[in-house]
Amino acid sequence: MRDFLSKTRTRLRRAVAADAESGDVGTDAATATDREPDPDDGTVVTDGGTAAGGDGIVDRLNDRFGEDFTESAPFWLPPFLLVGLFVYGAIAWNFVISLTDYQGFIGPDYSDLDFEMYVRAINDSAVIDATVNTFLLVVAFTAVALGFGLVLAILIDRNIRFENTFRTIYLLPMSLSFVVTAQFWLWMYNYNNGVVNIVLGTVGIGPISWIGNSSLVLWAVVFALVWQFSGYTMVVYLAGLRAIPTEHYEAARVDGASTLKMYWRVIIPQLKGSTISAAIVLMVFALKAFDFLYSLVSGYRPPNGADILATKMVREAYSTNNWAYASAIAIILFLMALSIIGPYLYYEYKQGNL
Amino acid sequence: MSDEPLDEPDTTDATDSTGGVADRLRDDLAGLDGYRVALYAAILGMTVFFLTPIESGLVTAFKTNPGGISSTLPFAPPPPRFFTLEKWQTAIAALGRGMVNSALYAVPATIISALLGSFAAYGLTQADWRARYKAPVLALLVAGIFIPYQAVLVPLSQFWGAMPLQELLTPLWVLGVPEAYTGLVELTITHVAYGIPICMVLFRSYYRNVSEEMIEAARLDGATFRRVYRRIVFPISTPMFAVVLIYQFTQIWNDLLFALILVSTESSPAAPVVLILAGLGESMEGQDFALRMAGAFVAALPTLIVYIMFGEEFAEGVAT
Repeated sequence: MRDFLSKTRTRLRRAVAADAESGDVGTDAATATDREPDPDDGTVVTDGGTAAGGDGIVDRLNDRFGEDFTESAPFWLPPFLLVGLFVYGAIAWNFVISLTDYQGFIGPDYSDLDFEMYVRAINDSAVIDATVNTFLLVVAFTAVALGFGLVLAILIDRNIRFENTFRTIYLLPMSLSFVVTAQFWLWMYNYNNGVVNIVLGTVGIGPISWIGNSSLVLWAVVFALVWQFSGYTMVVYLAGLRAIPTEHYEAARVDGASTLKMYWRVIIPQLKGSTISAAIVLMVFALKAFDFLYSLVSGYRPPNGADILATKMVREAYSTNNWAYASAIAIILFLMALSIIGPYLYYEYKQGNL
Repeated sequence: MSDEPLDEPDTTDATDSTGGVADRLRDDLAGLDGYRVALYAAILGMTVFFLTPIESGLVTAFKTNPGGISSTLPFAPPPPRFFTLEKWQTAIAALGRGMVNSALYAVPATIISALLGSFAAYGLTQADWRARYKAPVLALLVAGIFIPYQAVLVPLSQFWGAMPLQELLTPLWVLGVPEAYTGLVELTITHVAYGIPICMVLFRSYYRNVSEEMIEAARLDGATFRRVYRRIVFPISTPMFAVVLIYQFTQIWNDLLFALILVSTESSPAAPVVLILAGLGESMEGQDFALRMAGAFVAALPTLIVYIMFGEEFAEGVAT
């Protein structure tokens, strides 16, 4: 650091001297003196400094990382630091908190760290249930939304009239908040007056207590989420379908394949990329289902049978103030997410998309 | 609206369309009237499926409670004797301040996160530095999209609890702004931080396809990296800014979790609209569904307007 400062000073002196010599005591020297001592602002140093000599820290950084490194740093570094602090710093801090015994209103004690909270979580049947529910919710929701979205995309792609109108309608629920859709579905699932029970009643089924029945409620939630997000899958698949070259359809037709067979054998296999990226995003949405479950009951405790890790974690933290325990549950949830995202990012990296 | 052309595949329409599967299959299908009927039946069936919850909510919001709600079908419009606007009035009265609060943080957070996302994407695509070092920066930013927010909640509470934000904003309180509005400043910064990754990815996919020659020519002419952004990249980003702003605005407006953690009670003067809505109807004599539905529509109004006006951009933001 001291080395850098002394070099900067020498360079400044040289720059000022040069300017004085050429009789130009104008703006250039002024900006150089104003800005150069600030080691954070790499760009400006390059602007004024490279001419003065190729020995600055900027040049060394550029030599090491590539020629635009310092000049582009003001663009990517602040956002990166903000994300680094709020995402990765927070996760690391969360992990440390999960090792303490922090609860109640007195701050965490960082001197006594152990894995007690994780042991407690593994032995807590509520956490086990929530993990199973999270898993069921994510898998069922993702699978159904993918399948349903693919059907929608194929329907829309059959050269229909008012294609844009239908696409807009199918995607509409996605623009709504979980809080809003939870209100709609609470009403849809209403025992006496809900649309679902009235429609089922016409074929002699029900009425069924969708929210009150602990073995049904999770599937009712999955259904509502599929309603909200299959429009998203449709859009992704539609883009995928339109990227498939015409020849593939023609080849299949020449071979005499039926429409169904053509889709199954030729088209769907080519949608692998779309499927993977849509599935990842859907899983993330599913992990965010907290908002939906909270709004269903206007509180931290979701209907019996629909508790997932996300709701359990928030309840432990903000309802009962078991902060360390909540942090441990959050880490479990994070690891679940990581086990999906890690391979995905690696796959994208290998594909050259990163 | 679209049931007239059911059984005659319209040839002009088909040739006009910009490529779809059916283009290539039209010959196969020209004779299959039954097939077209089934196709449109399926499409209309799906339309009913997607619109029913919304339609049912809309008509219910105009019904009296409990009379209108229990004696009419949930998807039927209210007959005159059960018709009322009272629920809308109540909902607007209850949610009005929430709408203002939501706008107060959603708008700045949207703009700032879009700008920072654009900066980051520019610095990570058009800048020439070693991929070996760029890749981890990029990977960490991209992974930020997929983080379950539960994993950062407790530290987030701790962080904002320890920040002397309330003291820093003293001038505001002197001016008579309720101190609870600290929560909105926290929400803005939080949403910016967690919004950057997705904005960066959206912009990045766009900047990667920007013509390199133009930028290279400018660089060779001696334009600095910053100048290229201001003069070339920023102006041509306008369509992508539309996409990102629309997407981010709906995301931030719709989010409940951060609002719940940072503002916490719906009775707070700074409560965002989603927070008030989540508790609406419950607090008033049992479950008043007419009020809930009216509230849901009031809260969804800004995103609905944005969606109806900019559906294309929204779809693009979603698909990337």
